[in-house]
Amino acid sequence: MYDTKANRWIGLLYLAPALLFVAVFTAWPFVQMLWVALHSWSLITPPKFVGLGNFTRAVADRQFWVSLGFTLQYTLLITPILMIGGYLIALLTVANTPLRRLTRVVVFLPVVIGLGASSLLWYWLFSTDHGYINRVLLDLGMIAKPIIWLGVDANLSNWAIIASVVWKVIGFGMILFVAAIQAIPHEVNEAAMVDGTTTLQRILRVTLPLTLRTVLLVTLVSVIGSLLAFDQFYIMTAGQPRNLTATSVFYVYLNSFPYLKLGYGAALSLILAVIVLAFTLVQMALTRRSHA
Amino acid sequence: MSVGLADMEAVYGARASFVARLWDNRAKYLVGAACLVLITLMLLPLLASMTASIKTTSEAASLPPTLIPQSLSLDSYEKLWSYQAGLPVYLFNSLGTALLTIAFTLFLTIPAGYALARYPVPGKELLFVFLLLALIIPYQALLTPIFLMFAQPKLPNSLVGLAIIHTAIQLPFSLYIMRNAFEAVPRDLEEAAVIDGCNSLQVLLKICLPSVVPAIITVALFAFITSWNEFLGALVMMSREDSFTLPLILSASRTETAIGGSDWGLLQAGVTISMIPCIGVYLLLQKYYVSGLLSGAVK
Repeated sequence: MYDTKANRWIGLLYLAPALLFVAVFTAWPFVQMLWVALHSWSLITPPKFVGLGNFTRAVADRQFWVSLGFTLQYTLLITPILMIGGYLIALLTVANTPLRRLTRVVVFLPVVIGLGASSLLWYWLFSTDHGYINRVLLDLGMIAKPIIWLGVDANLSNWAIIASVVWKVIGFGMILFVAAIQAIPHEVNEAAMVDGTTTLQRILRVTLPLTLRTVLLVTLVSVIGSLLAFDQFYIMTAGQPRNLTATSVFYVYLNSFPYLKLGYGAALSLILAVIVLAFTLVQMALTRRSHA
Repeated sequence: MSVGLADMEAVYGARASFVARLWDNRAKYLVGAACLVLITLMLLPLLASMTASIKTTSEAASLPPTLIPQSLSLDSYEKLWSYQAGLPVYLFNSLGTALLTIAFTLFLTIPAGYALARYPVPGKELLFVFLLLALIIPYQALLTPIFLMFAQPKLPNSLVGLAIIHTAIQLPFSLYIMRNAFEAVPRDLEEAAVIDGCNSLQVLLKICLPSVVPAIITVALFAFITSWNEFLGALVMMSREDSFTLPLILSASRTETAIGGSDWGLLQAGVTISMIPCIGVYLLLQKYYVSGLLSGAVK
């Protein structure tokens, strides 16, 4: 009944507000960003065309590589923890008993609170004198004097932030893994049990292969999120020490806003967007396959 | 000897079988213990923040920190209430932005989802991909041009501008959910309505909309949580302190308190206030949240 000529236009009319919105607030800014990236511009002085100058400058910029390297390091460290941890918790809580349901709800709770709020919470827990973490470690005799977790040693800061983010987001993977594991038909597991397999064998040979697509997708979502990390570093270390914990988005932010090097900031964000796009395309390819 | 053994069994039999039962069910108890450990680990930081927020000012500043409040007080909340422009201003900014984001998102994605699910729009596939553009370009990469755009008309520091950014972030997910919801509505109902003389808009509002209420709740819920929690966009857009959202003023309060350093009690009072609405709506609308996550994140 919808297949009439008039309905083509009515349908377009319904789509118009969303199309207009995306054109103005996503597509147009993107075009603008391409333009700005080719200019040297500080808001105060008029933009000056520099061609690919901003990009060659990025290649020679030590801090650009430090930020990119640090972001990759953070991503490489946190992703396996999130995926393996999330999967183990999913295996633990996949059966629908009251205690396991409760565990799922509680593990998922931090996912809904803001990264800003959770970073401020952990900023305090990790603070040197007033933080509970040093207090408990001192009480247990595991350390002799308070550790300065944040902003002095890049590695220590990174691990403290990783701990806070793992707490914050591990429930995300868990809930998706639980759904994927629960979607495995009972017959499959029963058949494996009849064959006399152990639990571990069933997990490795049945559960894991049958949920592999979900694992890959969650990994990609998680990697993309980590590559774009900002809030937790801005709040917990402010990039310190010496901008060693300034992530890529952080460096884009620093150049664009406090430093007002708009052209350079745009070029940096374009580079970052291309890196992220590679992962997004794989994610979309996987998603499309699931519809076919 | 054998008599002795029988005696022992009589005395210890009950206990032995108890131990045997424990051993037989060891997997069950281990799982239960693991669950309890996890629950404790996950809840402790939340409880720490909440209990720290109700310490007295002197206790919150004392060294070494007390793990359990010695006496309760609402000092930190009182200070937060009148901190800088005052908590009501920041709550208004955060809530206002979130409600505008919900309104914009629904206004854009309900008709668009309906059209994508039902209407023979020319080039529909291509238009759909265009609408999902924000998936391909992360908004973190668009901050400069968006800032420039809002720098010209008087939009910086306005809640509308920030809500527009949040809507752009939420649009692909929301559109996807709405389109799927409209596709699942049985067509018979609409056909009957058309025969009864309803026009297109009436079919949408009176027939389809009631059937997609769960999707509307899901979209509104995610829009609220995204907007309430979003940090970077607000940091870039809002330069005046009286236009800060809750996460911004809390982040600023780390260094800007009267006593010089951080006021930990005030900070945790703020963290508690920003967490409670999210936890509340999640616990109330869990079903919608999880279904949205499952269909939006990995399908």
